[in-house]
Amino acid sequence: MKYIVCLKQVPDTMDVKVDPVTKRIVREGVPSILNPYDYYALEEGLRLKERFGGTTVAITMGPPQAEAVLKEAISLGADEAYLLSDRAFAGSDTLATSYTLAQAIRKIGEFSIILCGREAMDGSTGQVGPELAEHLEIPVITYVSKIINVTENDMECVRLLEDHYETLKSPLPAVITVIKEINEPRLPSLKGMLRAKKTQIPVWTKQDIGGNDLQYGQDGSPTKVVEIWRPEIKKEGKIIKGEPDELAEAIYQELKKLGAA
Amino acid sequence: MEIIVNKDKCTGCRVCVDVCPVGAITLDNDGKAQIDERCSFCRLCVKECPENAIEIVGEEKKKSETDLNQYKGIWFFAEQKHGKLSHVSFELCGISLKLAETLKEEVCGVIFGSKCDEMAQELFNRGANKVYVVEDESLDEFRQDIYVCLMTELIKKYKPNIVLASATMIGRSFIPQTAARLKTGLTADCTDLAIDPDTKLLQQIRPTYGGNLMAKIVCENHRPQMATIRPKAVEEAKPTGNNSGIIVKDNFASFNATCRVDLISKEAVEQTIDLQEAEIIVSGGRGLGDGKNFEMIRKLAELIGGAVGASRAAVDSGWIPYPHQVGQTGKTVKPKIYIACGISGAIQHLAGMSTSDYIIAINKDPDAPIFKVANLGIVGDIFEVIPKLIQKLESKR
Repeated sequence: MKYIVCLKQVPDTMDVKVDPVTKRIVREGVPSILNPYDYYALEEGLRLKERFGGTTVAITMGPPQAEAVLKEAISLGADEAYLLSDRAFAGSDTLATSYTLAQAIRKIGEFSIILCGREAMDGSTGQVGPELAEHLEIPVITYVSKIINVTENDMECVRLLEDHYETLKSPLPAVITVIKEINEPRLPSLKGMLRAKKTQIPVWTKQDIGGNDLQYGQDGSPTKVVEIWRPEIKKEGKIIKGEPDELAEAIYQELKKLGAA
Repeated sequence: MEIIVNKDKCTGCRVCVDVCPVGAITLDNDGKAQIDERCSFCRLCVKECPENAIEIVGEEKKKSETDLNQYKGIWFFAEQKHGKLSHVSFELCGISLKLAETLKEEVCGVIFGSKCDEMAQELFNRGANKVYVVEDESLDEFRQDIYVCLMTELIKKYKPNIVLASATMIGRSFIPQTAARLKTGLTADCTDLAIDPDTKLLQQIRPTYGGNLMAKIVCENHRPQMATIRPKAVEEAKPTGNNSGIIVKDNFASFNATCRVDLISKEAVEQTIDLQEAEIIVSGGRGLGDGKNFEMIRKLAELIGGAVGASRAAVDSGWIPYPHQVGQTGKTVKPKIYIACGISGAIQHLAGMSTSDYIIAINKDPDAPIFKVANLGIVGDIFEVIPKLIQKLESKR
């Protein structure tokens, strides 16, 4: 059985700084990291292998430097990894991205489960998983919190849906997107890191994965970004300093005015 | 279509490197700009380059030759729970009515479930012109494959111009698959929508890059134009007292919808906190320093009848479970009063709460960004101020 984990390299947007003069985002020094949610998908892909046997494959689409997240996946225990990289993929929205991943997965061959993180930290769309399932014409289960059992033909798992959990049984192959509570990701081992260092990661271009030219990159993307700007933060409130008691009193009076105290 | 850098003109000034929202531009070995596959064709660099060295070449290939004008109407998927429409449905109705002012097209709800007539009446009351209904008891339960099938077939049959859904777990699960089946575009998690007065295109506005930037997205050559909308981001449609409209029913059996995935059992989530419905929220962040200090936050919340929220930092530290998380990757909230305790106000947090009616922030650091959105900023130590506040609330009630 083969488990394919889709990864994304994202900028570490949590510590973004803004240049006070130009108001531009300071990109210099913002590190690229593996999308935090993808660690859970990868970990689950590795646990599936340990529980039910098989191999774990990591794939990502991105620029050449996205190889780093695949190396990381190998250091954590992935058996194989493929980088989908081609200038022709530029401008991909989620539909084109999921198509590209689907083409690569077809080339990888038979598989049981495709795992994705619930969403990526940069774009936060969460759309690639369900769209990928559609391209491959297989079922998708989103927000999976637990995999109960996997056989050759099916899988039993638990998913979160707003205010309740559902236990579901799906035929395989299938796509799942996973949430944090599914597991606790492991740390890389020294052996893993050495293996990652030695592993040559194959790079697949559009030519390697075939398919319809018009479904890749900007041409295959129905949506188009037409404008980007920095959100304005406008509220001008009052700021108070002083002794704890004065401060607490100020809040108390305000809460009273607002009808909450 | 391709984006290229004219290396003769490029001076390596790095303006484009800084301006690129997705970090797709770097300098090559010769110190000239190069653009990699992360490029989203937003054209910011084209606009900003002082040397005009970046250009887009080649025409966009159009693959759909369908007549886009035959697509009419603004649809929204009205989510329901146990036969009752959820609030997000009224939000979608509200934004649809706003779009209709410019677009001059019908506003139509779509309901799957039993007892649809009652729910349809409620949508008419909120201003919808028409409601598409597929009725069956089994549809009260969300089933991915079934919902995708019904939505896709209805869209194919009636050809709406715009299809909206809420960015709830349900919307975010089945709408992307629906869009992919229709091979059309979908923009996730929009916080606002508008109609371009000239092109009549749907302008989809959403935070991106972890909330650091806002993006305006359009879907030019494909229909319908689809988007999911963040709960609590737009105003609900108000009841109008009107209760007439057209109900269009399609027979569930005619869809031949089947679900590949079986539902074995259901279990309610133990602790149900509905942050998005709360009128008062007291949130704790990194400044709490330890999970046990959330006790103080809970106490304060309890005294003023509020719910407990948290920043991503607090949730990531394992101090409080994810359902409490407010922000770009958590819930968007818009309570009457939001009290941020020991939260610095990373943009990711602000993205989820900055539209609250009244914000009180308590933080030691006078430069904390949270003070930029606060109506009342308290520069002080939460461990000193909050216990005092709790005392006051307890003694005076």
